[in-house]
Amino acid sequence: MADRLSDAGDLSEEEEEEEEEEEDVLTPAELIARLEEAWLNEKFSPELLENKSELVECVMEQLMHMEENLQRVRKGDLKASVHRMEIDRIRFVLSSYLRSRLQKIEKFFPHVLEKEKSRADGDPSFLSPEEFAFAKEYLANTEVYLKAVALRHMPPNLQSIDMLKAVPEPCLDSFVFLRVKERQENILVEPETDEQREYVVDLEEGSQHLMRYRTIAPLVASGAVQLI
Amino acid sequence: CVNCHESEAKTEGKSELIPTIKFRHCCLLRNQRCITAYLYDRLLRIRALRWEYGSVLPTTIRFHMCAEELEWFNQYKKSLATYMRSLGGEEGLDITQDMKPPKSLYIEVRCLKDHGEFEIDDGTVILLKKNSQHFLPRWKCEQLIRQGVLEHVIS
Repeated sequence: MADRLSDAGDLSEEEEEEEEEEEDVLTPAELIARLEEAWLNEKFSPELLENKSELVECVMEQLMHMEENLQRVRKGDLKASVHRMEIDRIRFVLSSYLRSRLQKIEKFFPHVLEKEKSRADGDPSFLSPEEFAFAKEYLANTEVYLKAVALRHMPPNLQSIDMLKAVPEPCLDSFVFLRVKERQENILVEPETDEQREYVVDLEEGSQHLMRYRTIAPLVASGAVQLI
Repeated sequence: CVNCHESEAKTEGKSELIPTIKFRHCCLLRNQRCITAYLYDRLLRIRALRWEYGSVLPTTIRFHMCAEELEWFNQYKKSLATYMRSLGGEEGLDITQDMKPPKSLYIEVRCLKDHGEFEIDDGTVILLKKNSQHFLPRWKCEQLIRQGVLEHVIS
Protein backbone atom coordinates (compact mmCIF):
# COMPACT_ATOMS: atom_id res chain seq x y z
CA MET A 1 0.00 0.00 0.00
CA ALA A 2 2.73 2.43 0.91
CA ASP A 3 4.34 2.16 -2.55
CA ARG A 4 1.27 3.47 -4.29
CA LEU A 5 1.59 6.62 -2.20
CA SER A 6 5.07 7.44 -3.36
CA ASP A 7 4.26 6.45 -6.94
CA ALA A 8 1.38 8.84 -6.98
CA GLY A 9 3.54 11.56 -8.45
CA ASP A 10 1.60 14.79 -8.65
CA LEU A 11 -0.68 14.03 -5.77
CA SER A 12 1.83 13.64 -2.97
CA GLU A 13 5.25 14.88 -3.98
CA GLU A 14 4.66 18.24 -2.35
CA GLU A 15 4.50 16.67 1.09
CA GLU A 16 8.15 15.69 1.07
CA GLU A 17 9.41 19.22 1.55
CA GLU A 18 6.75 20.04 4.07
CA GLU A 19 7.65 17.31 6.55
CA GLU A 20 9.31 18.00 9.89
CA GLU A 21 12.59 19.87 9.86
CA GLU A 22 13.91 17.48 12.52
CA GLU A 23 16.74 15.03 12.07
CA ASP A 24 15.40 13.22 9.05
CA VAL A 25 12.75 14.22 6.59
CA LEU A 26 10.30 11.37 6.16
CA THR A 27 8.83 10.46 2.84
CA PRO A 28 5.09 9.79 2.96
CA ALA A 29 5.80 6.09 2.51
CA GLU A 30 8.14 6.05 5.49
CA LEU A 31 5.66 8.02 7.56
CA ILE A 32 2.89 5.53 6.92
CA ALA A 33 5.25 2.62 7.57
CA ARG A 34 6.10 4.15 10.93
CA LEU A 35 2.43 4.66 11.68
CA GLU A 36 1.71 1.01 10.94
CA GLU A 37 4.57 -0.09 13.20
CA ALA A 38 3.35 2.10 16.03
CA TRP A 39 -0.20 0.81 15.45
CA LEU A 40 0.78 -2.85 15.65
CA ASN A 41 3.01 -2.31 18.66
CA GLU A 42 0.26 -0.48 20.51
CA LYS A 43 -2.33 -3.10 19.56
CA PHE A 44 -0.35 -6.08 20.82
CA SER A 45 1.39 -4.60 23.81
CA PRO A 46 -0.28 -5.17 27.19
CA GLU A 47 0.77 -1.74 28.48
CA LEU A 48 0.54 1.77 27.14
CA LEU A 49 3.57 2.61 24.99
CA GLU A 50 5.41 5.84 24.50
CA ASN A 51 3.36 8.66 23.07
CA LYS A 52 3.98 9.44 19.40
CA SER A 53 2.21 12.74 18.91
CA GLU A 54 4.50 14.08 16.17
CA LEU A 55 3.75 10.99 14.16
CA VAL A 56 0.02 11.54 14.65
CA GLU A 57 0.30 15.19 13.65
CA CYS A 58 2.29 14.39 10.52
CA VAL A 59 -0.18 11.75 9.47
CA MET A 60 -3.12 14.11 10.00
CA GLU A 61 -1.36 16.72 7.87
CA GLN A 62 -0.75 14.10 5.22
CA LEU A 63 -4.41 13.12 5.23
CA MET A 64 -5.46 16.75 4.87
CA HIS A 65 -3.16 17.26 1.89
CA MET A 66 -4.46 14.14 0.25
CA GLU A 67 -8.06 15.20 0.78
CA GLU A 68 -7.33 18.63 -0.71
CA ASN A 69 -5.61 17.10 -3.69
CA LEU A 70 -8.50 14.76 -4.17
CA GLN A 71 -10.91 17.68 -4.45
CA ARG A 72 -8.89 19.05 -7.33
CA VAL A 73 -8.89 15.85 -9.36
CA ARG A 74 -11.54 15.42 -12.03
CA LYS A 75 -14.41 13.33 -10.75
CA GLY A 76 -14.74 9.86 -12.20
CA ASP A 77 -11.01 9.57 -12.71
CA LEU A 78 -9.81 6.12 -11.67
CA LYS A 79 -6.91 7.54 -9.73
CA ALA A 80 -9.39 9.36 -7.51
CA SER A 81 -10.99 6.17 -6.20
CA VAL A 82 -7.63 4.57 -5.55
CA HIS A 83 -6.56 7.60 -3.56
CA ARG A 84 -9.86 7.73 -1.72
CA MET A 85 -9.25 4.15 -0.61
CA GLU A 86 -5.75 5.14 0.43
CA ILE A 87 -7.10 7.96 2.55
CA ASP A 88 -9.68 5.66 4.13
CA ARG A 89 -7.07 3.04 4.96
CA ILE A 90 -4.68 5.50 6.54
CA ARG A 91 -7.48 7.07 8.51
CA PHE A 92 -8.53 3.65 9.74
CA VAL A 93 -5.01 2.81 10.91
CA LEU A 94 -4.66 6.15 12.66
CA SER A 95 -8.07 5.89 14.33
CA SER A 96 -7.37 2.32 15.40
CA TYR A 97 -4.03 3.37 16.88
CA LEU A 98 -5.60 6.20 18.86
CA ARG A 99 -8.46 3.97 19.98
CA SER A 100 -6.01 1.34 21.27
CA ARG A 101 -4.28 4.00 23.32
CA LEU A 102 -7.49 5.43 24.67
CA GLN A 103 -8.75 1.98 25.66
CA LYS A 104 -5.58 1.29 27.59
CA ILE A 105 -5.70 4.68 29.24
CA GLU A 106 -9.25 4.00 30.38
CA LYS A 107 -8.47 0.48 31.49
CA PHE A 108 -5.44 1.38 33.58
CA PHE A 109 -6.24 4.98 34.38
CA PRO A 110 -4.82 5.27 37.94
CA HIS A 111 -1.56 3.56 36.97
CA VAL A 112 -1.17 5.57 33.79
CA LEU A 113 -1.62 8.83 35.70
CA GLU A 114 0.75 7.73 38.43
CA LYS A 115 3.39 6.78 35.90
CA GLU A 116 3.12 10.10 34.14
CA LYS A 117 3.23 12.09 37.37
CA SER A 118 6.29 10.29 38.67
CA ARG A 119 8.39 10.36 35.55
CA ALA A 120 11.52 12.46 35.46
CA ASP A 121 11.61 15.60 33.32
CA GLY A 122 13.96 14.21 30.70
CA ASP A 123 12.09 10.97 30.08
CA PRO A 124 9.78 10.65 27.11
CA SER A 125 6.15 10.99 28.07
CA PHE A 126 3.63 8.22 27.76
CA LEU A 127 0.66 10.53 27.42
CA SER A 128 0.16 13.50 25.19
CA PRO A 129 -1.12 16.57 27.07
CA GLU A 130 -4.60 15.91 25.68
CA GLU A 131 -4.49 12.26 26.74
CA PHE A 132 -3.34 13.34 30.19
CA ALA A 133 -6.26 15.73 30.47
CA PHE A 134 -8.61 12.98 29.30
CA ALA A 135 -7.23 10.53 31.88
CA LYS A 136 -7.58 13.06 34.69
CA GLU A 137 -11.15 13.82 33.71
CA TYR A 138 -11.93 10.11 33.54
CA LEU A 139 -10.57 9.58 37.05
CA ALA A 140 -12.45 12.56 38.46
CA ASN A 141 -15.67 11.56 36.72
CA THR A 142 -15.51 8.00 38.03
CA GLU A 143 -14.65 9.07 41.57
CA VAL A 144 -17.48 11.59 41.66
CA TYR A 145 -19.90 8.94 40.42
CA LEU A 146 -18.85 6.26 42.93
CA LYS A 147 -18.95 8.74 45.76
CA ALA A 148 -22.38 10.05 44.84
CA VAL A 149 -23.98 6.67 44.31
CA ALA A 150 -22.37 4.43 46.90
CA LEU A 151 -19.49 5.66 48.96
CA ARG A 152 -21.25 8.45 50.77
CA HIS A 153 -23.74 5.94 52.16
CA MET A 154 -21.02 3.83 53.67
CA PRO A 155 -19.54 4.02 57.17
CA PRO A 156 -17.07 6.92 57.54
CA ASN A 157 -13.93 4.82 57.43
CA LEU A 158 -14.94 3.18 54.14
CA GLN A 159 -15.81 6.25 52.16
CA SER A 160 -12.76 6.30 49.93
CA ILE A 161 -11.25 3.87 47.51
CA ASP A 162 -7.59 3.60 46.61
CA MET A 163 -7.85 3.46 42.83
CA LEU A 164 -4.29 2.23 42.47
CA LYS A 165 -5.22 -0.88 44.42
CA ALA A 166 -8.72 -1.26 43.06
CA VAL A 167 -7.88 -1.12 39.36
CA PRO A 168 -5.68 -4.00 38.13
CA GLU A 169 -2.30 -3.24 36.61
CA PRO A 170 -1.40 -4.27 33.06
CA CYS A 171 -0.13 -7.84 32.94
CA LEU A 172 3.43 -7.48 31.73
CA ASP A 173 3.97 -11.22 31.80
CA SER A 174 1.55 -11.88 28.98
CA PHE A 175 3.06 -13.48 25.92
CA VAL A 176 3.48 -11.56 22.69
CA PHE A 177 4.57 -12.45 19.18
CA LEU A 178 7.46 -10.41 17.88
CA ARG A 179 9.74 -10.06 14.89
CA VAL A 180 13.33 -9.00 15.40
CA LYS A 181 14.45 -5.93 13.46
CA GLU A 182 17.91 -5.50 14.96
CA ARG A 183 20.03 -8.37 16.14
CA GLN A 184 20.11 -8.69 19.91
CA GLU A 185 22.48 -10.75 22.02
CA ASN A 186 22.13 -12.27 25.41
CA ILE A 187 18.55 -11.52 26.17
CA LEU A 188 17.77 -12.91 29.61
CA VAL A 189 14.59 -14.94 29.30
CA GLU A 190 14.62 -16.71 32.66
CA PRO A 191 16.86 -15.61 35.52
CA GLU A 192 19.00 -18.07 37.37
CA THR A 193 17.26 -19.76 40.25
CA ASP A 194 18.07 -22.75 42.45
CA GLU A 195 16.26 -25.11 40.12
CA GLN A 196 17.43 -23.88 36.74
CA ARG A 197 20.32 -22.22 35.05
CA GLU A 198 19.69 -18.87 33.49
CA TYR A 199 18.06 -19.07 30.08
CA VAL A 200 19.61 -16.63 27.66
CA VAL A 201 18.90 -16.28 23.95
CA ASP A 202 20.28 -14.37 21.03
CA LEU A 203 17.70 -12.79 18.76
CA GLU A 204 18.61 -13.02 15.10
CA GLU A 205 17.47 -10.31 12.73
CA GLY A 206 14.28 -11.29 10.95
CA SER A 207 13.43 -14.12 13.30
CA GLN A 208 10.05 -14.37 14.99
CA HIS A 209 9.41 -15.35 18.57
CA LEU A 210 6.76 -15.78 21.20
CA MET A 211 7.96 -14.37 24.49
CA ARG A 212 6.83 -12.73 27.68
CA TYR A 213 6.34 -9.02 27.13
CA ARG A 214 8.30 -8.10 30.25
CA THR A 215 11.49 -9.56 28.79
CA ILE A 216 11.44 -7.54 25.59
CA ALA A 217 9.65 -4.38 26.72
CA PRO A 218 12.73 -2.15 26.39
CA LEU A 219 13.36 -3.54 22.92
CA VAL A 220 9.89 -2.53 21.78
CA ALA A 221 10.46 0.99 23.09
CA SER A 222 13.77 1.27 21.25
CA GLY A 223 12.40 -0.12 18.02
CA ALA A 224 14.65 -3.19 17.98
CA VAL A 225 11.67 -5.55 17.77
CA GLN A 226 8.26 -5.25 16.22
CA LEU A 227 5.18 -6.83 17.82
CA ILE A 228 3.05 -8.82 15.40
CA CYS B 1 -22.14 2.43 66.52
CA VAL B 2 -19.84 -0.51 66.00
CA ASN B 3 -17.05 1.56 64.50
CA CYS B 4 -16.73 3.49 67.71
CA HIS B 5 -16.58 0.24 69.64
CA GLU B 6 -13.46 -0.64 67.74
CA SER B 7 -11.47 2.29 69.10
CA GLU B 8 -13.02 1.78 72.52
CA ALA B 9 -11.98 -1.85 72.56
CA LYS B 10 -8.42 -0.93 71.79
CA THR B 11 -8.17 1.79 74.43
CA GLU B 12 -9.95 -0.15 77.17
CA GLY B 13 -7.96 -3.28 76.49
CA LYS B 14 -10.99 -5.40 75.58
CA SER B 15 -8.74 -7.39 73.30
CA GLU B 16 -11.12 -10.32 73.01
CA LEU B 17 -13.37 -8.17 70.82
CA ILE B 18 -10.65 -7.34 68.32
CA PRO B 19 -10.87 -10.51 66.17
CA THR B 20 -14.61 -9.95 65.84
CA ILE B 21 -14.06 -6.37 64.85
CA LYS B 22 -11.42 -7.33 62.34
CA PHE B 23 -13.72 -9.94 60.88
CA ARG B 24 -16.52 -7.43 60.59
CA HIS B 25 -14.20 -4.95 58.93
CA CYS B 26 -13.17 -7.56 56.36
CA CYS B 27 -16.80 -8.24 55.59
CA LEU B 28 -17.47 -4.54 55.16
CA LEU B 29 -14.48 -4.19 52.84
CA ARG B 30 -15.70 -7.11 50.80
CA ASN B 31 -19.14 -5.55 50.52
CA GLN B 32 -17.56 -2.29 49.45
CA ARG B 33 -15.56 -4.13 46.79
CA CYS B 34 -18.63 -5.98 45.51
CA ILE B 35 -20.69 -2.82 45.29
CA THR B 36 -18.00 -0.81 43.55
CA ALA B 37 -17.28 -3.71 41.17
CA TYR B 38 -20.95 -3.83 40.19
CA LEU B 39 -21.17 -0.08 39.73
CA TYR B 40 -17.92 0.10 37.79
CA ASP B 41 -19.02 -2.71 35.51
CA ARG B 42 -22.15 -0.70 34.71
CA LEU B 43 -19.97 2.29 33.92
CA LEU B 44 -17.92 0.22 31.49
CA ARG B 45 -21.08 -0.87 29.72
CA ILE B 46 -22.30 2.73 29.61
CA ARG B 47 -18.97 3.76 28.17
CA ALA B 48 -19.38 1.12 25.48
CA LEU B 49 -22.74 2.69 24.61
CA ARG B 50 -21.04 5.90 23.55
CA TRP B 51 -18.91 3.96 21.09
CA GLU B 52 -21.83 1.86 19.90
CA TYR B 53 -24.70 4.31 19.62
CA GLY B 54 -23.04 7.72 19.46
CA SER B 55 -23.76 10.77 21.58
CA VAL B 56 -27.49 10.34 21.81
CA LEU B 57 -28.74 7.29 23.64
CA PRO B 58 -32.03 5.61 22.81
CA THR B 59 -34.72 6.35 25.40
CA THR B 60 -35.11 2.69 26.35
CA ILE B 61 -31.52 2.62 27.49
CA ARG B 62 -31.65 5.99 29.20
CA PHE B 63 -34.60 4.65 31.17
CA HIS B 64 -32.31 2.04 32.73
CA MET B 65 -29.75 4.57 33.91
CA CYS B 66 -29.82 6.55 37.11
CA ALA B 67 -29.21 10.30 37.18
CA GLU B 68 -25.59 9.93 38.27
CA GLU B 69 -24.92 7.48 35.45
CA LEU B 70 -26.38 9.90 32.94
CA GLU B 71 -24.15 12.59 34.39
CA TRP B 72 -21.13 10.27 34.06
CA PHE B 73 -22.08 9.58 30.47
CA ASN B 74 -22.38 13.28 29.67
CA GLN B 75 -19.03 14.02 31.25
CA TYR B 76 -17.44 11.12 29.41
CA LYS B 77 -18.69 12.20 26.02
CA LYS B 78 -17.55 15.74 26.72
CA SER B 79 -14.05 14.52 27.62
CA LEU B 80 -13.98 12.33 24.53
CA ALA B 81 -15.16 15.15 22.29
CA THR B 82 -12.52 17.53 23.67
CA TYR B 83 -9.86 14.92 23.10
CA MET B 84 -10.97 14.15 19.54
CA ARG B 85 -11.13 17.79 18.59
CA SER B 86 -7.56 18.28 19.74
CA LEU B 87 -6.18 15.70 17.32
CA GLY B 88 -4.22 16.99 14.36
CA GLY B 89 -4.71 20.48 13.08
CA GLU B 90 -8.12 21.92 12.60
CA GLU B 91 -11.27 20.02 13.38
CA GLY B 92 -9.66 16.98 14.93
CA LEU B 93 -10.44 13.39 14.09
CA ASP B 94 -13.56 11.45 14.97
CA ILE B 95 -12.08 8.17 16.08
CA THR B 96 -15.49 6.67 16.77
CA GLN B 97 -15.77 6.32 13.00
CA ASP B 98 -13.73 3.92 10.87
CA MET B 99 -14.19 1.06 13.29
CA LYS B 100 -13.58 -1.57 10.64
CA PRO B 101 -10.86 -1.75 7.99
CA PRO B 102 -12.27 -0.40 4.73
CA LYS B 103 -12.89 -3.16 2.20
CA SER B 104 -14.48 -1.27 -0.63
CA LEU B 105 -15.37 2.25 -1.58
CA TYR B 106 -19.06 1.84 -2.12
CA ILE B 107 -21.44 -0.56 -0.48
CA GLU B 108 -24.90 -1.75 -1.12
CA VAL B 109 -27.23 -0.80 1.73
CA ARG B 110 -30.89 -1.39 2.46
CA CYS B 111 -32.86 1.10 4.44
CA LEU B 112 -34.49 -0.39 7.53
CA LYS B 113 -36.51 2.60 8.56
CA ASP B 114 -37.51 5.96 7.14
CA HIS B 115 -34.70 8.39 7.74
CA GLY B 116 -35.57 11.20 5.37
CA GLU B 117 -33.08 12.92 3.10
CA PHE B 118 -29.39 12.14 3.15
CA GLU B 119 -26.78 14.18 1.35
CA ILE B 120 -23.60 12.65 0.03
CA ASP B 121 -20.34 14.38 -0.82
CA ASP B 122 -20.98 15.41 -4.39
CA GLY B 123 -24.22 17.12 -3.41
CA THR B 124 -26.74 14.52 -4.52
CA VAL B 125 -29.53 13.95 -2.05
CA ILE B 126 -30.84 10.46 -1.44
CA LEU B 127 -34.23 9.77 0.09
CA LEU B 128 -33.88 7.03 2.69
CA LYS B 129 -37.22 5.34 2.62
CA LYS B 130 -37.89 2.05 4.36
CA ASN B 131 -36.85 -0.95 2.24
CA SER B 132 -35.19 1.16 -0.45
CA GLN B 133 -31.76 -0.01 -1.56
CA HIS B 134 -28.86 2.26 -2.41
CA PHE B 135 -25.27 2.07 -3.52
CA LEU B 136 -23.51 4.58 -1.31
CA PRO B 137 -19.99 5.55 -0.20
CA ARG B 138 -18.97 3.33 2.68
CA TRP B 139 -17.67 6.06 4.96
CA LYS B 140 -20.94 7.92 4.86
CA CYS B 141 -22.96 4.89 5.88
CA GLU B 142 -20.96 3.62 8.84
CA GLN B 143 -22.75 5.60 11.47
CA LEU B 144 -26.19 4.87 10.09
CA ILE B 145 -25.43 1.17 9.92
CA ARG B 146 -24.41 1.18 13.56
CA GLN B 147 -27.56 3.03 14.51
CA GLY B 148 -29.68 0.45 12.74
CA VAL B 149 -31.04 2.79 10.08
CA LEU B 150 -29.24 1.08 7.20
CA GLU B 151 -28.27 -2.52 6.68
CA HIS B 152 -25.23 -3.62 4.70
CA VAL B 153 -26.40 -5.97 1.97
CA ILE B 154 -23.81 -8.58 1.15
CA SER B 155 -24.81 -10.29 -2.05
